[in-house]
Amino acid sequence: MRVVLAEDLFLLRDGLTRTLEEHGFDVVAAVDNAPELLRALHEERPDVAVVDIRLPPDFTDEGLRAALQARREQPGLPVLILSQYVEQLYAQELLAGGEGAVGYLLKDRVTHTAQFVDAVRTVAGGGTVLDPQVVARLLARSDARGTTSALTPREHDVLKLMAEGRSNAAITQALHISESAVAKHTASIFAKLRIDPSPDANRRVLAVLAYLRR
Amino acid sequence: MGERRLVKALWRCQLLSLAALVLPLTGALVVGALLLLPVGLGSLLLPRAAAALRRRSDRGRTRAVGWSGGTVSPPGPLPRRAREVLGDEGFWRDLRWAWLEPLTGGLLVGVPLCLFWYGVFGALVQPFVWRELGDGNWYGFVLVESIGSALDAALLGLGFMAGGLALAPRVLAGHARWSRRALSVPYEQELNLRIERLTGTRADAHDIQAAELRRIERDLHDGAQARLVALGMTLEKATLLLDSDPEAARALLSEVRAVSERALQDLRELVHGVLPPVLADRGLGDAVRSLALDSFLDVEVEVRLPAGRFPAGVESAAYFAVAELLANAAKHSGAGEVRIALDHDGAVLRVRVADDGRGGADPSRGGGGLLGVRRRLGTFDGTLALDSPPGGPTLATLEIPCASSSPKTSSSSGTV
Repeated sequence: MRVVLAEDLFLLRDGLTRTLEEHGFDVVAAVDNAPELLRALHEERPDVAVVDIRLPPDFTDEGLRAALQARREQPGLPVLILSQYVEQLYAQELLAGGEGAVGYLLKDRVTHTAQFVDAVRTVAGGGTVLDPQVVARLLARSDARGTTSALTPREHDVLKLMAEGRSNAAITQALHISESAVAKHTASIFAKLRIDPSPDANRRVLAVLAYLRR
Repeated sequence: MGERRLVKALWRCQLLSLAALVLPLTGALVVGALLLLPVGLGSLLLPRAAAALRRRSDRGRTRAVGWSGGTVSPPGPLPRRAREVLGDEGFWRDLRWAWLEPLTGGLLVGVPLCLFWYGVFGALVQPFVWRELGDGNWYGFVLVESIGSALDAALLGLGFMAGGLALAPRVLAGHARWSRRALSVPYEQELNLRIERLTGTRADAHDIQAAELRRIERDLHDGAQARLVALGMTLEKATLLLDSDPEAARALLSEVRAVSERALQDLRELVHGVLPPVLADRGLGDAVRSLALDSFLDVEVEVRLPAGRFPAGVESAAYFAVAELLANAAKHSGAGEVRIALDHDGAVLRVRVADDGRGGADPSRGGGGLLGVRRRLGTFDGTLALDSPPGGPTLATLEIPCASSSPKTSSSSGTV
């Protein structure tokens, strides 16, 4: 799987390149600024881009803006954004197209190698991955507004992991419950929240997120 | 639309003329109090009379600014004792105005009024009563002695009405100009007042900055710094156990990871409290949109700001003010919906935060939060006006005079 990586700190860029290559990714370009990122995305047409949000020249959000621009030129280009902080506004901008193949994670998450590599694969496969912090804030808002009050605590946990973009298998592992239990919980959640239970994993994530953002 | 503006201006002229007519009553009150000073009664009366006069002049200032724009530098507060009132420049200025206004402002606004009412008489009254008015009845330059000439006079009356209406806005603006001049404190005194205000807000700025630094220091000390120390100690323990008890060492190492994540989180929150990333990245418009997304309430944001950025301090003060107002709305008002509008007219950044809650927010109390917001805005000559009648709704308007800088990132308009 071909990856374009954009990260301005040498140590992190090096570390990420090695991590990705150890897990069978082919890092075709590792750049350290936004203009080069755009060029690399245009020339290499990678399977996925892993992008630090803050890049030279301005050190603001040009990583995100470059990624969004590249996605306008190549619709559906899978992009995973890494950042020192997560913002609902940026998550919303990434999700705005509604086509998935986006990820938004705190930079700390790369230290959990297995989860990080999973996230890259999910995004490359057209899925959606959201940082637990983004989801936690969305859920806190929904709880405060009472839109998720019908759920049991367990269903609440499952909903959170679904919104993060985890597969049923991953949820099984994280909560130490059986796969059939997860299926039962998700069915109950969809019924209670009146969300259309789409068989497509990515649609499911987007539907859950759309509900939480109401 | 245009006619309504004219009628409104004429109506205002009417109000001004009536106000000018009764103004000498207050002026006479003050003069009476002055004359009674030698017999002692005056020193009791004078402060009250001066205060009544000040209320009139304040209304004059409000009218001049509210109806015709511009600024009036109000005089300092009126002293309470008769002797000090006599030494107060603002008092004498008010008194002078009280006697001059009927002769200047009053006559000025009288011009369109006379035209209009004379026109009304000619057009609407005289055609029915001209017979009773007898011989030699002139209306303007028309001798009214037949139905035909009465109709001519009526047409002329209509012309007078139109003239009065057309003149009203210009006269109103002229009156405002005269009022601004008559009621403003002299330039030198205004400068003194401004220096006083600047000294106060500068002290506030220092205090705010010092408090901010103290908070950052304390947060670092109690947060990230403490966690890093704990991290070092746990690492030390893990190193010692590495050979003898690898299992325990592994447990300690996963603890280290958790602590390091907490430390990063602490740092993140600290940075967010000092300079929110979206504000740094995108500027005020998107930063407020981001606040709206984080709020538990339904928040609608309308951004009409020029492309480009405001000075960093202004953006920051406005951002934290909106954050505080939103938090207040969520905590105390019981509001369900909040509307935020941002705009900039070239000289003033204006942010309006309206909620549909139960109101009754007290600007002077409002917790330490609003007071802090006021002080912070004050260091940029900004103001916060709170209109929150019991039962609601609440409207907070904050204004900061500032210019927008050259475009760096553009901020689009729209709603979240």
